[in-house]
Amino acid sequence: MSGRGPTRPFLRLSGIRKEFAAAGGTTVALNGINLEIARGSFVSIIGPSGCGKSTLLQIVAGLIGATSGSVHFEDHKVDGPPPGALYVFQQYTRSLFPWKTVERNVSFGLENRETLSRSAIAERTREIIGLVKLTGFERHYPWQLSGGMQQRVAIARALACRPEVLLMDEPFSAVDALTRVGLQELVRSLWRELGLTVIFVTHDVDEGVYLSTRVVALTRAPGTVAVDLAIDLPHPRDQIATRALLQYLDYRATLLAQLFADEGLVAREVA
Amino acid sequence: MTDSALPDATPLSEPAAKRPRRYALPWQTRWLGVAFIVVLLLAWEIAAATGAMPSLSFPRMSGILAAWWRLVVSGELPRELGDSLWRMFAGYFIGAALGVLLGLLMGYFRIFYNLLEPITEVLRPIPSPAYLPIVILFLGIDDAMKIFMIAFASLFPVLINTYSGVRSVDPIQLQTARTFGVAGRRLVWQVVLPAASPFIFTGMRVSLAVALIVMVISEMVAASSGIGYFILSAQRGFQIREMFAGVLTLAAVGYVLNRLFVAIESRVLAWHYGYTQQQRH
Repeated sequence: MSGRGPTRPFLRLSGIRKEFAAAGGTTVALNGINLEIARGSFVSIIGPSGCGKSTLLQIVAGLIGATSGSVHFEDHKVDGPPPGALYVFQQYTRSLFPWKTVERNVSFGLENRETLSRSAIAERTREIIGLVKLTGFERHYPWQLSGGMQQRVAIARALACRPEVLLMDEPFSAVDALTRVGLQELVRSLWRELGLTVIFVTHDVDEGVYLSTRVVALTRAPGTVAVDLAIDLPHPRDQIATRALLQYLDYRATLLAQLFADEGLVAREVA
Repeated sequence: MTDSALPDATPLSEPAAKRPRRYALPWQTRWLGVAFIVVLLLAWEIAAATGAMPSLSFPRMSGILAAWWRLVVSGELPRELGDSLWRMFAGYFIGAALGVLLGLLMGYFRIFYNLLEPITEVLRPIPSPAYLPIVILFLGIDDAMKIFMIAFASLFPVLINTYSGVRSVDPIQLQTARTFGVAGRRLVWQVVLPAASPFIFTGMRVSLAVALIVMVISEMVAASSGIGYFILSAQRGFQIREMFAGVLTLAAVGYVLNRLFVAIESRVLAWHYGYTQQQRH
């Protein structure tokens, strides 16, 4: 761990197994996943596509149930979306409500979740929109914005509810490389400023190492934990300097070696 | 806050600089069609004036327009039209509201679908004039009968479209609402209805045309007022100019209602047009 915050288990996944009905029987997507996640950590879950990493996140979010095993959020067993955890979908174009303006999208959770006065909702909405640097676009509709801006609206909508945990499912996979860097910096700074716990699903090893305090790599389906690596890189991180650190390259090599081995590819650069 | 910090901070929506527009020639616009109508009316006038058509059943257009004007000034036509429109809107809004409600229930709860889908499919294909005699038996020939007829006929297009709309709400939107703890009535008002609204509007537009038709039919069969009654009784009294004036009025009313509907729709669904256009890029 990076040493931020207390390390008592905050989020606990025990013996998660998930089966899906398939032609001619069932396929096992996840098997025997045990993880304890500390408050304030930034955990990336990486793995080859189809390894069940998104499924795992949806189980943590209470969007789907596990076949067996359980998720505990502090002392509560998750059997539906827990109020303290919010989910940011990969498909921002589909997750934002096109009939609502940016402002109304951001306040969606607030209006529905908490008993706040109109002015308090407006106040917090404005504050969060400023935090994701969308001031001036309040009255725009999401579809009038670029992909990166839309994903920021989705992040703002989640943050407006002041969640303790942010669950992000490949949130930057649909934007271009430069936009992605901008969003990575945004999420990292929000994580640090707001003391969030982030679980971040990605297929990009570099993104996982750069952002996280811990990276969990899953094997191919049925997904199990292959590598569980604490990322002890200094904060603040820098897109160029951090990525040039020997330590960074070490983490990267370990994880890539695992992924390549799992895929049956030769990991020449590790040798 | 400035947005210059992030590379993607330019909205795509900035209207593209307007191209200098040259004047369109009349035949490149809808004025061509308007002119075509004028030509047809003139041909009508000439055909009737020269006696090329039987003048009794085919009066001159100028005579029809004069009769129409007399009926408007005397207040007869506005009165009949007022009676008709009140019935039509009463029936239309009752039918549309029920259609949305039932479509929502059927789209949302499997049990309502299983319960109501068969009877919907049985009742829907019956042309409304066919059950008019039955409705007269139960409700007589007054407004209640006509409003029922119009409501019943307006119900199905709205119901079916609302159902399709509810079924096609993006599951990601529903999941998003769930993660924010939004469920039940709030989910319906905040997510399901707005997402289904383009479908609902389509159904309501179809129903509006249906309501106009059923209004006229039910007034022709049994009524003592209304535009349908007026047209039929003018024909029976050999007031052919008045009869045509009534039909002309219906054309105008249908046109205005549709334009009004489109105007409301494009306001309410402005987001939808913008959104779908963006998706196509």
